[in-house]
Amino acid sequence: MPEAVPVDQPATDPVLEVRGATLRFGERTLWAGLDLQIRPGEFVAVLGANGSGKTSLLRAVLGLQPLTAGEIRLHGDRVRRGDRRIGYLPQQRLGNDGTPVRARDLVALGLAGHRLGTGLPNRSRRAAVDAALAAVGAERFARQPIGVLSGGEQQRVRVAQALVGEPTLLLADEPLVSLDLSQQRIVSELIDDSRRRTRCGVLFITHDVNPVLGMVDRVVYLAGGQARVGPVEEVFTSAVLSELYRTPVEVIRTHGRIIVVGAAAHSELEHDTGDPHDPIAHDVHGSGHHD
Amino acid sequence: MNDLWHQIFNFDDYGQLLLLVQNSIIAGAVLGLVGGLIGVFVISRDMAFAVHGISELSFAGASAALLAGVGVVEGSIAGSLLAALIIGVLGTRARTRNSVIAVLMPFGLGLGILCLSLYSGRSANKFGLLTGQIVAVDDPRLHSLLIIAAVVVIGLLIIWRPLTFNSVDPEVATARGVPNGVLAVVFMILLGLATAVSVQIVGALLVLSILVTPAAAARQVSASPVLVPVLSTVFAVVAMVGGIMLALGGSVPISPFVTTISFLIWVVCRLLGRRLLPARR
Repeated sequence: MPEAVPVDQPATDPVLEVRGATLRFGERTLWAGLDLQIRPGEFVAVLGANGSGKTSLLRAVLGLQPLTAGEIRLHGDRVRRGDRRIGYLPQQRLGNDGTPVRARDLVALGLAGHRLGTGLPNRSRRAAVDAALAAVGAERFARQPIGVLSGGEQQRVRVAQALVGEPTLLLADEPLVSLDLSQQRIVSELIDDSRRRTRCGVLFITHDVNPVLGMVDRVVYLAGGQARVGPVEEVFTSAVLSELYRTPVEVIRTHGRIIVVGAAAHSELEHDTGDPHDPIAHDVHGSGHHD
Repeated sequence: MNDLWHQIFNFDDYGQLLLLVQNSIIAGAVLGLVGGLIGVFVISRDMAFAVHGISELSFAGASAALLAGVGVVEGSIAGSLLAALIIGVLGTRARTRNSVIAVLMPFGLGLGILCLSLYSGRSANKFGLLTGQIVAVDDPRLHSLLIIAAVVVIGLLIIWRPLTFNSVDPEVATARGVPNGVLAVVFMILLGLATAVSVQIVGALLVLSILVTPAAAARQVSASPVLVPVLSTVFAVVAMVGGIMLALGGSVPISPFVTTISFLIWVVCRLLGRRLLPARR
């Protein structure tokens, strides 16, 4: 059983607490001295270029990646593998190989897939799966093989799979990648609604902040071995990002979107594939038009 | 023409024959159960080629045992497990796995053929390891088969859900703490054992018809996690037992019958499947 926060008290104890977390691979520091707290119902996005350590942070929270220094606690316990209080939402990736499970089977695996045995028919479990599918509006295609569903439908099923076990923390690893803009909106709104409804904290990895702008409470920006945590308007400024990237960067707000551009003198950085931090290119193109 | 027909099908004195081959029929049914169940995972883990590779090393082990005058069953299991573990350890990714298998397979086959050509005993034994026995399953052999089959079936039932999770959805399974490495090794051991017992009956060259075809057929007509293993098992048992019963009177091995029934089931399912399962939208 998750250690649920009593309903009648204000839920102030953090779900997740990251203290002084540092991760180094050899000479390379991905992030150092990272401090972060996520409270119940809070939506935190993790941003940064490819190779900045977003996914490593997520793996560390899952207990799959040991830290070089510092600690990560979930409800006060050190994180460990397979903690039932964490729900996990991956990238949309299934399908082209004709994965032979139906949507509801995938959700059921999220509930009891880790248990030994074959699993006898279980009414309460089936009810939980039905409820999770209904909460994301996936009843219509619940009995279809996952491979025949569209990317957006698959991600709805994934949200149901991640939330069916009633986690207190939802980890999402680029769940909007390879979705078109309207699907991105549907899926991100679904996550936003879910955290308000279930009060689970959300740690959401993305290379583009725009689809979740207006939903996220705070962002974690990883770049150049450093991290900056704060509300979007405090982190997404030319001064902060220039300092993180150690090169002039300009943040432009236009039509309710945020665009990050390298300064003119450094625009060749976008083509410098040799630089593992290759930071700016990614955000400039990160408007979500992948398909 | 009529003679040829009688060589293949001959149902004179069928009742008496049936009693004589009771052991074979039990063995066939049990093998069908094993093949039908493990086949579901062979398909979802994309390991059909691995089964073929394991069976060739199982054949090498059995041939070497035959030559050395020790137990064929033990030799076949030793070869199977060795191959399964090598493939499991060296080939965690599909691309490297296929080349590891392609390297092992001809080596195993060659080694087996060498042992068989040095062997001076009954030639029926030789041919049998490659293409299947006719009707000769004695009591000790049946008992060893039943024990191994029980280990495989019980083992599979114990790890069924996490193995399914790991096979169809490895990324989320990892995040949820499913021990993928342990499961992969256990699965390879069970697959090695299942292959070894199948080699005993249908022969090294034809194990795919029992470990892959029935599950592939079931997958054509259903995506249900309950119906697929049930259908796959039914198909495999029908192919095995049906093949043995058809082969009884004739003087050809059971394997052509088993493979033909298995194949026909797959063809029918394939044709049905287009109507039953929706296409990608």
